[in-house]
Amino acid sequence: MNPDTIYWLQQLLNALQLGSIYALIALGYSMVYGILTMINFAHGDVFMIGAFCCLLAATALGLPFAPTLLLTMAGTALLGVVIERLAYKPLRNAPRVSAIITALGVGLFLQNATLALSPYPKAMPPLLDNLTWQFAGISVSSLQLIVICLSLGLMLVLDHVVHRTPVGMAMRAIAWDKTLVPLMGIPVNLIISITFAIGAGLAGAAGTMYSLAYPVIDPQMGIMVGWKAFIAAVVGGIGNIRGAMIGAFILGGVEIMVVALLPSTYRDFIVFSLLLLLVIIRPQGILGQAREQKV
Amino acid sequence: MNTRLWRHWEWLLDRPWLLPALLAGGLVLAFAIPQYQLFNNYIQLILMYIGINIILTVSLNLVNGYMGEFSLAHAGFMAVGAYTSALLTMEVLPVGTYPSLFPVALLAGGAATAVLGLAVALSSFRVRGDYLAIITLAFLMIVKSAIENVDAIGGPRGLPGIPRLTTLPWVFFWTVTLVWLVRNFVYSHYGRGILSIREDEIASDLMSVDTRRVKIFAFMLSSFCAGIAGGLFAHLLQFISPRVFDIVKTTEILIMVYLGGIASIGGSIIGATLYTLLLEVLRPSTMASLLSWLPAPIFDPLYEYFIRHLGVLRMVIMPLALVLVMLYWPRGIMGMREFRGFVPRRDRAAHHALDTPAESPHGTADRH
Amino acid sequence: MKKTLSRFIRCTTLVIAALAASGCGAPAGNDGTLKVGLIVELTGDMPAVGTSSRNAARLAVDELNSAGGLEVDGRPYRIELVIEDNSAKADQSAAVTNKLINQDQVLAIVGPNASLGAIPAAEIAESSRTLLITPWSTNPKTTLDTRSGKPKNYVFRACFTDPFEGQVLARFVSESLDAKSAAVLYDVASEAPKSQAELFRQTFEQLGGKILAFETYTTGDRDFSAQLTKIKSVNPDVVFLPAYYNDVGLIAQQARRHGIHQPLIGSDAWSSPELIRLAEGAVEGAYFANHYATDIATPVAQRFIAAYEQRYGTVPDDVAALTYDAMGLLFEALRGAATPERQAVRDAMAAIAGYDGVTGDIRFTPGSGDPVKSAVIMQVKGDKFAWMMNAAP
Repeated sequence: MNPDTIYWLQQLLNALQLGSIYALIALGYSMVYGILTMINFAHGDVFMIGAFCCLLAATALGLPFAPTLLLTMAGTALLGVVIERLAYKPLRNAPRVSAIITALGVGLFLQNATLALSPYPKAMPPLLDNLTWQFAGISVSSLQLIVICLSLGLMLVLDHVVHRTPVGMAMRAIAWDKTLVPLMGIPVNLIISITFAIGAGLAGAAGTMYSLAYPVIDPQMGIMVGWKAFIAAVVGGIGNIRGAMIGAFILGGVEIMVVALLPSTYRDFIVFSLLLLLVIIRPQGILGQAREQKV
Repeated sequence: MNTRLWRHWEWLLDRPWLLPALLAGGLVLAFAIPQYQLFNNYIQLILMYIGINIILTVSLNLVNGYMGEFSLAHAGFMAVGAYTSALLTMEVLPVGTYPSLFPVALLAGGAATAVLGLAVALSSFRVRGDYLAIITLAFLMIVKSAIENVDAIGGPRGLPGIPRLTTLPWVFFWTVTLVWLVRNFVYSHYGRGILSIREDEIASDLMSVDTRRVKIFAFMLSSFCAGIAGGLFAHLLQFISPRVFDIVKTTEILIMVYLGGIASIGGSIIGATLYTLLLEVLRPSTMASLLSWLPAPIFDPLYEYFIRHLGVLRMVIMPLALVLVMLYWPRGIMGMREFRGFVPRRDRAAHHALDTPAESPHGTADRH
Repeated sequence: MKKTLSRFIRCTTLVIAALAASGCGAPAGNDGTLKVGLIVELTGDMPAVGTSSRNAARLAVDELNSAGGLEVDGRPYRIELVIEDNSAKADQSAAVTNKLINQDQVLAIVGPNASLGAIPAAEIAESSRTLLITPWSTNPKTTLDTRSGKPKNYVFRACFTDPFEGQVLARFVSESLDAKSAAVLYDVASEAPKSQAELFRQTFEQLGGKILAFETYTTGDRDFSAQLTKIKSVNPDVVFLPAYYNDVGLIAQQARRHGIHQPLIGSDAWSSPELIRLAEGAVEGAYFANHYATDIATPVAQRFIAAYEQRYGTVPDDVAALTYDAMGLLFEALRGAATPERQAVRDAMAAIAGYDGVTGDIRFTPGSGDPVKSAVIMQVKGDKFAWMMNAAP
């Protein structure tokens, strides 16, 4: 193969990996966002807590990969439910933005509390053997493939849960109308708690996979990731799980391709300009439907 | 307080001359404090931070509170104002010989920022809600990345050596002027337009509110104020860098807005003051000397286990306080309410009714 | 509403009055203590830097006090350290510098570490005529008056500057490693790496080398695959990574995975021993510039390393060593001061000709706040940093 082709194939693979990492985070984000239309600014920090949980489980308890992942997901799911009960539930009837700011506060709290306990960056032990194969000059790692497959798989599962199960139907019903749904015998509190548990559990899974792919973790790691998940979820179409996936791949793809093509110094400038154009051209997101505005 | 004193207090608060008198007193103090060193430089600096933060908070409240959008670009606006005015005073205007040219530089910074605000306003015609949040976030990132890539203005290394022109009287002057501007805007014909956009944009269009014009005005005024605040900030710190104006700064301003309360100028003043002061009071040595009157058996363990660690815990307590405030006052301390003195006389009766709201699950700000 | 307004005005006035009243102390108390301020980045985006700095400063002060303190003008004093956090922010740096000077009435200040906070702090220290020694701020502008270009009178630093480091490394790569081409990858949003990268490029090109790729990322990035793929495609002789050690850990691992096996070159920000664990072997054989060599350390340095390790359970990084030296310089200045007053301390500091610190021999040319220090080039060997060579200024 000529070097140019190899270069572009490698960059394409890089884009796929970064996109699927973003997707992993954006899925949980989009889940809560879609059901409750609440921008969950704490998601990035729950994700960070997930990474630290994973570190604890792997080092202090010495667990292998599968139990670590499950334990982390359980831990963050619990954290998500606790946060929802303590901080968001009392605000369910308040203006939407109150809950958003509360989420911001919860996120800052988690981040700074972790920082107070552990100010230094930590190394994540390799829980999975990360094999690297070279195909005609293109390097592919096993972790890359796992992350890509996992995010696709999770997307399908989530899609199924939301669209094909009774719980998912209840979730969509709540998203549709919060006043009428309890009258139809749907346990709103339980369903919302489940939504948060799933969303936070996914953040935990994302934290685990992320810290295996990029094995240096610190309390600040959730900040940019949180914003990028927000971008992916909105660009793809609010509340649309497949859209979040596509948004994440677009974001990852654009970030990689801008660097591949142009001087990387201008990356943020160009990436965010493109994003701006995209949102202005398609204001409802990529998979979002133009909602008819009621008069 | 006993009832009699309370009545006197109420009487005082009702006087029409109270606000002008307070302002005049403030102005005298603003000149007297640095002149006679009534407070040391540290307290003076904190007072100036409070002023700058009030400008930032009130102006962001215009867009996020009154108009019900969710803008994240405020730190970016601040950066544009800061860099424009700093470059003017450093390279163009002879402020060394004519310090009175400082407001010219600030106004130029504000004007440059207002142009950027116009761009955001234009994109807000097509996009609302969370999509506008993304657009403003992108604006912030673009501004930061642009500054990082221009080596002539220091790039990521920042711009040191800005003359120190910001003084307490200037901060007082700009704070009062800009708050007054925003207040007049909010209670003007346009201001009602803004409120109507928050409630229902389409309905207000049908009611022949020129929503586009109103939005342009609101965004431009808001970014103009942020630009001036940025200029004051730059000439106070004497050093700016793109890192100063990152997303964390926006978060800080957002917290001040929602802490104080949406759609309330008084709330913004409270929010900005409270946040700035709390950050300083929560320092270990300050806390220790504030609590030093406690008897030793209480103070010593308190110091050992709590105060000594405030350097780190400060940033844990602040967000916790924010969450608690939001739980007790979901709209912020003064959400949707206003100091009486800020409301024009003709509006007071109507406004008083708002003070005692009959909250419904679908409150006014619920739907945007 | 009236209630809220009146309550608000009363509370604010009270708090400001309390704040103002809380500042009552003299730099040299009658109780025989001297107050010294320390500004560190405990919260914000570089907590590791601030924590190391605080740990080293506490160690220095405790050692001094338990050895009986120091004598100024024939009277014994103990040192009281007032530690303030600046959240790695410019505005909070300015606030705490003012606070330490006016409120706590400290004699002198050590910190801040990051130039973002050190530059505004230095402006205030200069105008308040208070000595400020920054351990880690490598930006040349920190100690210079930007308007006149002359050195500031009250601001000193314990480290070398970014341009010097960039030049040293370019010369090392070109002369000792005999490299003809190089690629650079650095954080575009961070000040020190940017300066180091640019001076490296300039010097390296002057020496006849070629820069094949000059790539950047942004603070907080974890994926460097696009930049590394680009670097791999141009096949340079060496890769220069002026980055903080937590980034280096990831960059190095990803570089190896992308098949970049050329020598990696780093800056002083590499010098935390944590790096070897974070990079999981990917930095083996890499070279970097440092302030001191742990393996051939002087007795002073060995004592410091042992004491630090015993107290905090980790090996000190460069920030810790430099903070310890900044504190040492300050103690030296206090001992030499005629009276326990700010101006006398600053004059004594300016009169220090040489100081034998943890990070080597620190000399100041008269009238400058920048020390003349040599750098060392280290190589990563196994789980240790090994001394390679000295690089004189």
